[in-house]
Amino acid sequence: MNIHEYQAKQLLAKFGVPVSRGIACRTADEVGKAFATLGEPLAVVKAQIHAGGRGKAGGVKLVRSADEARKVAEGLLGKALVTHQTGPEGRVVKTLYVEAGSDIAREMYLAVVMDRSAQAPVVIAAAEGGVDIEELAAHKPQAIARHRVHPVKGLLPFQTRALAKHLGLAGDQAKGFAKLLGGLVQAFMALDCSLAEVNPLIVTKQGEVKALDAKMGFDDNALFRHKEVAELRDLGEEDPKEVEAKKFDLNYIALTGNIGCMVNGAGLAMATMDVIQLKGGMPANFLDVGGGANKQQVTNAFKILLSDPNVKGILVNIFGGIMKCDTIAEGVIAAARETRLSVPLVVRLEGTNVELGRKLLQDSGLNLQTARSLDEAAEKIVAAIR
Amino acid sequence: MSVLVDGNTKILCQGFTGEAGMFHSKNSLAYGTRLVAGVTPGKGGQTIEGVPVFDTVREARQATGATVSMVYVPAAFTADAICEAVDAGLDLVVTITEGIPVADMAFVKEFMLGSATRLIGPNCPGIITPVTEKSGCKIGIMPAYIHRPGRIGIVSRSGTLTYEAVWQVTSVGMGQSTCIGIGGDPIKGLDFIDCLRLFQDDPGTDGIIMIGEIGGTAEEEACEFLKGYVKKPVVGFIAGATAPPGKRMGHAGAIISGGKGTAKDKKAAMVRAGVHVCDTPSILGATMQRVLGG
Repeated sequence: MNIHEYQAKQLLAKFGVPVSRGIACRTADEVGKAFATLGEPLAVVKAQIHAGGRGKAGGVKLVRSADEARKVAEGLLGKALVTHQTGPEGRVVKTLYVEAGSDIAREMYLAVVMDRSAQAPVVIAAAEGGVDIEELAAHKPQAIARHRVHPVKGLLPFQTRALAKHLGLAGDQAKGFAKLLGGLVQAFMALDCSLAEVNPLIVTKQGEVKALDAKMGFDDNALFRHKEVAELRDLGEEDPKEVEAKKFDLNYIALTGNIGCMVNGAGLAMATMDVIQLKGGMPANFLDVGGGANKQQVTNAFKILLSDPNVKGILVNIFGGIMKCDTIAEGVIAAARETRLSVPLVVRLEGTNVELGRKLLQDSGLNLQTARSLDEAAEKIVAAIR
Repeated sequence: MSVLVDGNTKILCQGFTGEAGMFHSKNSLAYGTRLVAGVTPGKGGQTIEGVPVFDTVREARQATGATVSMVYVPAAFTADAICEAVDAGLDLVVTITEGIPVADMAFVKEFMLGSATRLIGPNCPGIITPVTEKSGCKIGIMPAYIHRPGRIGIVSRSGTLTYEAVWQVTSVGMGQSTCIGIGGDPIKGLDFIDCLRLFQDDPGTDGIIMIGEIGGTAEEEACEFLKGYVKKPVVGFIAGATAPPGKRMGHAGAIISGGKGTAKDKKAAMVRAGVHVCDTPSILGATMQRVLGG
């Protein structure tokens, strides 16, 4: 789960990470008032969406008066902001964060990320800020310092010193950096983050070390022990079909093709998408119905698949282990009837009671085809929608 | 022959009296697995399905001689359960539970440093060694009936895709030595390399099927290892060739980020390592049969 910049900054501030004063606003009037409340000659109005690249896309503007702030807000609120991370449809801006401006002397990069090869969190730092860290890693790997965080003890003082040195920070700036990094790592560990990124990390002309931007992602599996974080979820930032699917414990991800897929198991679901493409089709989604899906689950899954107007055909691929194939067949038949299915349907079942399952499907009177292998199923659905 | 577990392996189940633990324990028993103890704190002293229940893993091990644990404890308490099994000195802990916080697994791995206990999972189907047509050592949630004793070792990050491979191997008449589902989480126990080494060293395994998926670089590292160590034929598949970057495909570990972990890279690494790569999982069994000249 991801949260907005202003939410991340509010959380990080509690852990002692220095951030600028700011106010989150939902209307242009509020933005104007926020400028006055901050009382600074310069403020920044920042669009709050869950995507990077906001600055380049025109979602971050400097303002010097309440009037200017209000005008900028009117130009942003309610409109879609398109960045290199949002896709062509962009994200509608509903919240603006108005922040006191900073006199920037230097920009750097700092992040803590859960790293699978280190089997622990890792701190990543680079002396160049505002960068695409992945690009930098590819072209100038020596510019990036990495330190493994001990999963119990956290970051050790020598690591903080080495990181400060790598960034060229000394004296009071090194002290300020140590405080900021300490808070960042502490927040990461205390809140079960998957990512806590400060890009850029800045030194102001007054010598203050500060998080100018902040991005936080959380381990969904750990949200049960962080109610205060779970409450920050912004469903408006997520695909409505994915949100709906989650309510039913279905794992759904929308894609751009026209063949709806319903599969049990994540690996088999991915393989099903792959084979559809191999056979000349395009999957409309990833959908894992899980290991113990019942009739109700299958019906819910069908409804979600059919709510995508691009879907021209459906492929069901179930390897029944715990679930018996006749049970799955009954679910598919009931779901097809209840949703008055009008697009082609191909069902591939394998597992316990498979013959019984296939017979139920064939005798159902529904307009569907069965298949004995994944390859055959993919070929049939691709042919059916041509 | 087999790896890690065989028909004589005695196992215990942590989370035995819970819904999932009881359901799958019954299935293991029905398959003839020597499930000799259950562990649920506070429920020791009972006997359920003919299996004695203990409060602690250590008591269960001492009373029954179990050397392997199968863990169905709910996600919030799983890390503690694994540590208890490690502390009790078991040889192997097979963790089926999904949804464990990553930080908990990072802690578990730290706790396990220096211990001889091996971990499979979490978030995996488990491990199975078929012994006869209808029985064997089944530690996990896989459907038993698709397996047959044989000489193909299978290692996979995905559950149902493993069943697909097993079913094809069985359908072409070959059978499996041992099948290991290593799980879809980013921080886990045994990895591809560990399992490939076990299969190479097992005289009862003639060929290996390796099923990977997008995310991370475990497959690439395994391919480097393959080149130097594994002499047996390997047939491979990578799921997720069509997955878009930045989207988590069901498993916590299945995500393409920063241009790393794509199916294309993994398949290329497999080809360089001499793996017989399949573009579709439908031909895994037939490919293995062809490679072994059967």
